[in-house]
Amino acid sequence: MKNKGFDSSTLRRILRDLRHYRPALILSLLLAAATVAITLYTPFLTGKAIDLIVDEGKVNIPQVMLIAAQIGVCTVISAICQWVMNVINNRITYGMVRKLRRDAFEKLQRLPLSYLDSHSVGEIVSRMMTDVDQFTDGLLMGFSQFFTGILTIFGTLIIMLVIRPGIALVVILVTPLSLFVASFISKRTYSMFKKQSETRAEQTAMIDEYITNHKVVVAFGREDEAEEEFNEINERLGKCSLRATFFSSLTNPCTRFVNNLVYAGVALTGALMVIGGQGFSVGQLSVFLSYANQYTKPFNEISGVLTELQNALACAARLFEMMDEPEIVPDKSDARVLDSVDGNVDLENVAFSYTPEQDLIRDLNLSVKPGQRIAIVGPTGCGKTTVINLLMRFYDVKAGEIRVEGTDVRNVTRDSLRASWGMVLQDTWLRAATVRENIAMSRPDATEEEIVAAAKAAHIHSFIKRLPQGYDTVLGENGGTLSQGEKQLLCIARVMLALPPMLILDEATSSIDTRMELKIQNSFAQMMQGRTSFIVAHRLSTIESADVILVMKDGKIIEQGDHATLLSQKGFYHHLYFSQFSGAVTASDK
Amino acid sequence: MKRLLGYLKPYKKEVVISPLFKFLEAIFDLLVPLVVKYIIDVGIAKGDQGKTDIFAGFGVLIVFAIVGMLCALVAQYYAARAAVGFSTDLRRDLFSHIQKFSYKETDRVGTSTMITRITADVNQLQSGVNMTLRLFLRSPVVVFGAMIMAFTVNAQSALVFVIVIPLLAAVVFTIMLKTVPLFQGVQKNLDRVTSVTRENLTGVRVIRALGKEASENERFRAANEEHNRAQNHVGGISALMNPLTLILVNAGVILLLWSGAELVQIGEMTQGEVVAMTNYMAQILVELVKFANTIILVNKAIACGDRVEKVLSAPAGQETIQTDTSGDTSLAVALCGVGLTYENNAAPSVSGIDLKIPRGTTVGIIGSTGSGKSSLINLIPRFYDATEGRVLVNGRDVRSYPIEELRNKIAIVPQKAVLFRGTVRSNLLWGNEGADDATLWAALEAAQAKDFIEAKEGGLDAPVAQNGRNFSGGQRQRLTIARALVRQAEILILDDSSSALDYATDAALRQAIRSLPNHPTVFIISQRTSSLQHADVILVLEDGESVGVGTHEELLKSCEVYREIYDSQFQKGGDEA
Repeated sequence: MKNKGFDSSTLRRILRDLRHYRPALILSLLLAAATVAITLYTPFLTGKAIDLIVDEGKVNIPQVMLIAAQIGVCTVISAICQWVMNVINNRITYGMVRKLRRDAFEKLQRLPLSYLDSHSVGEIVSRMMTDVDQFTDGLLMGFSQFFTGILTIFGTLIIMLVIRPGIALVVILVTPLSLFVASFISKRTYSMFKKQSETRAEQTAMIDEYITNHKVVVAFGREDEAEEEFNEINERLGKCSLRATFFSSLTNPCTRFVNNLVYAGVALTGALMVIGGQGFSVGQLSVFLSYANQYTKPFNEISGVLTELQNALACAARLFEMMDEPEIVPDKSDARVLDSVDGNVDLENVAFSYTPEQDLIRDLNLSVKPGQRIAIVGPTGCGKTTVINLLMRFYDVKAGEIRVEGTDVRNVTRDSLRASWGMVLQDTWLRAATVRENIAMSRPDATEEEIVAAAKAAHIHSFIKRLPQGYDTVLGENGGTLSQGEKQLLCIARVMLALPPMLILDEATSSIDTRMELKIQNSFAQMMQGRTSFIVAHRLSTIESADVILVMKDGKIIEQGDHATLLSQKGFYHHLYFSQFSGAVTASDK
Repeated sequence: MKRLLGYLKPYKKEVVISPLFKFLEAIFDLLVPLVVKYIIDVGIAKGDQGKTDIFAGFGVLIVFAIVGMLCALVAQYYAARAAVGFSTDLRRDLFSHIQKFSYKETDRVGTSTMITRITADVNQLQSGVNMTLRLFLRSPVVVFGAMIMAFTVNAQSALVFVIVIPLLAAVVFTIMLKTVPLFQGVQKNLDRVTSVTRENLTGVRVIRALGKEASENERFRAANEEHNRAQNHVGGISALMNPLTLILVNAGVILLLWSGAELVQIGEMTQGEVVAMTNYMAQILVELVKFANTIILVNKAIACGDRVEKVLSAPAGQETIQTDTSGDTSLAVALCGVGLTYENNAAPSVSGIDLKIPRGTTVGIIGSTGSGKSSLINLIPRFYDATEGRVLVNGRDVRSYPIEELRNKIAIVPQKAVLFRGTVRSNLLWGNEGADDATLWAALEAAQAKDFIEAKEGGLDAPVAQNGRNFSGGQRQRLTIARALVRQAEILILDDSSSALDYATDAALRQAIRSLPNHPTVFIISQRTSSLQHADVILVLEDGESVGVGTHEELLKSCEVYREIYDSQFQKGGDEA
């Protein structure tokens, strides 16, 4: 996973995305270079000052003060450079985050449902949130650390070489050791951390499963077994966590050790040079010592940065993968706006499948007149929602065509097609907003009276009234604490408000108790009056009174006709009817 | 916090050794500038005769480096051991404690809370312990040690430290204290961006059906901008940290040079001492930043610790009462004036239920959502304790049974069809660890699950993903029924567990349960009258109270609520009747 996507095309693309920030980026790099230069120059000045502070009575105080003033100026300039650089880097990073997220979100709106249906919400959210964060952090922070690190190393070496090549040699000789130690530790740490996070993920999954379903565990008295399993993973986690924690904590002491070796080496060779009378001063020695002190720090940083950059690229690749997904075919430029819909729907030779290997619907023909009622029935999980997906154009047909008012749905705008349908799905969906906003989603310009009327028609008005803030009560994510039934009623109110010419009702009342459902049915009946409606139905009365019944099995439509015709065929519907509703039939026979 | 500190007890040795060695390492770090001063003031001052002194100084530096590293390694190792051991033990006890929670405690604490406590919070605690052991002693020692060392080198010049250290501390801590809450605000903003995204993904059909793509983009943009603004705000403050501390430290260096120049001039100080002083100044900054970070980490860890402790100290388990043999032992279940009021609820969810169920009876419970059906049957396996009245199983108060004995008598199919990661077999064995394959297949057959398990590759050994995700809702439900049947318990409870099944499967399932060889007492909760009409007795609940008891026919005549429910489901039948 780490190395996947580590290719130049990802990198090129990142650079292209960064082009708006090019001036800022260049400025940031210049400032970084300036900061490094001044940071390196300051010890040099300090050394000069120390050389002036030789011995009793021999101190050139005005000269020392002059150098001190220079240090002061340098410090102020360096501080300003650093600050501006930090601010610029923040702007770039946060700006990139904002842009990437916005692009990704807008991309989501254009992705086909086939993509969204086949990817979990968590996965997409993690790409948009975690990956974007890691990518920008890793890339920009990593890059600026890398850049200053390299500059510091080379700057230090150059200054050392200029002042005293001999001592510089000592430093250069120890450098490989520093690199080796840092990369050795970071490599080992990486694999151990990976092991640790894998084990941790395993444990979290187990915790999640067992605690979420704690009541089932209790019901079956499996507490001890659960504990046993948990302890096994916990022990393993403890072991690899110890190793990962210890190894990762080695970096500092070990590089500090190398650093101290360099320091001692510089002190020795420097001091020998001073007494050797080769024109090397105590001040210069102190300069070298302070360089030696900061010299190995960039090595630690750089070795960390490389893995971080790699990780950032992998994150970017994952994000780009999503950004590159083919989008839905846009509305045709001459697409018609569907208006004055009466409810004529024709399906002609429609074929459809989710996967190329397995075709689901073939040669489906259906002609629906305004006001007709189409019931879709079949056993659990037979793919009744496929038909809805096609009617709403969530998916496009593979062959044949679907026409509304005689026009192929692919020749009308999606918005106008979807606005002609009112839809209540089994999976209720409410947003974290007020009750009013949730109902008015279908018609943002609706007046208060209209909203209340819709709520009344859906028999949810009195419930809303009893909420703490009535219509202004803010619901939690996906309805928060509302019961499934209450959520469904709100969704029904939403459709009641817009009242489009055609309806799709998918098991709309499955979670509402039957007496409440009966009341809603009356409203539904009213709503369906004169409106073409497709109903995924379980209720006997709905099915029997439908103009056309589509019987589905294993994702295919196997029979089609009205109740009487289908019964007389003595096919699957006949079987279904008598097994499913035998209780009801006996009841009505009595 | 006290209780959590107890978890460090087994690691006493580690807890002492780690900071001790960190302390030693710090001491060696502090001595380095003195050695350099020695090299300059003694070695170099002597000229050629000073060579041995310089080599001695070098030797000491090397020894310091080695010993310092060894000290650090020892310290890091013991810190890691203490921290990891601490968290492993704590996690084990937390999980074990949570396993003992009854339904009541689970409700009180909440699922997501429990998960966060045992994962994120414990991890935070682990790094808190680790960093505390490693840095809490080292950083202050270095900061104040550097100051003390500076005083031993030259008291007058060291006054600079007295000015600079408090100023540095003030800057570092002010910035940290200011940004920490702001970072929390940024996190909240990010949560909002995430929630808009999630919402869009879960509601994509509705959003597209209503043509809301453009206005959703607006919504997202607003949240995204807000997050960006907050990020820039807090980023702007943190951006001050490096420049400000740089200015302070260099101001310190300037002051040292100045005072050094004056003092050396009058012979009160040596050149080497000036070098040592500037070295100490540099050491302070790094440690102070580390120290501030540690304090924040420790604060966070303490907050986590308090939360974890709350879960750990939540009482777990239910009381058992004296054995009681007062009831009629021919009754499988007897409810005597039973009521249940959930914690924090004003009104009872169930009240005043009286019911006597002879062995082998099939009992139906019906009522609208929220009428107390599940609450009532949860009292039988003692998932909750009745807050009024008594529940008897085989004539004995449920509270007098050892909990395991009671639960073994009962097999339950919960409303939510939940399976666990493993195989079909491992899931079914939950019902009865000792069941053989024949029993499992018989249970699958009765639960109408035989066909699809046979068709699955691996059959009984077919893998089950977490939460049973690789099975459809209806399949999961049938597997949970099979799991309960494997137990062959005296009492079988089906809590609205055929809702995802179509009528045909439901009917076949009911037939199979009626003909189970061990004739259990069966409780069926349903909203469908068709699922219950063959029951021996049906209890009709309304707002937690019984409004009718009897057979289907009796209730149709006598119970208005039942008739309404029935009519609503068989409207046509009702119309014609």
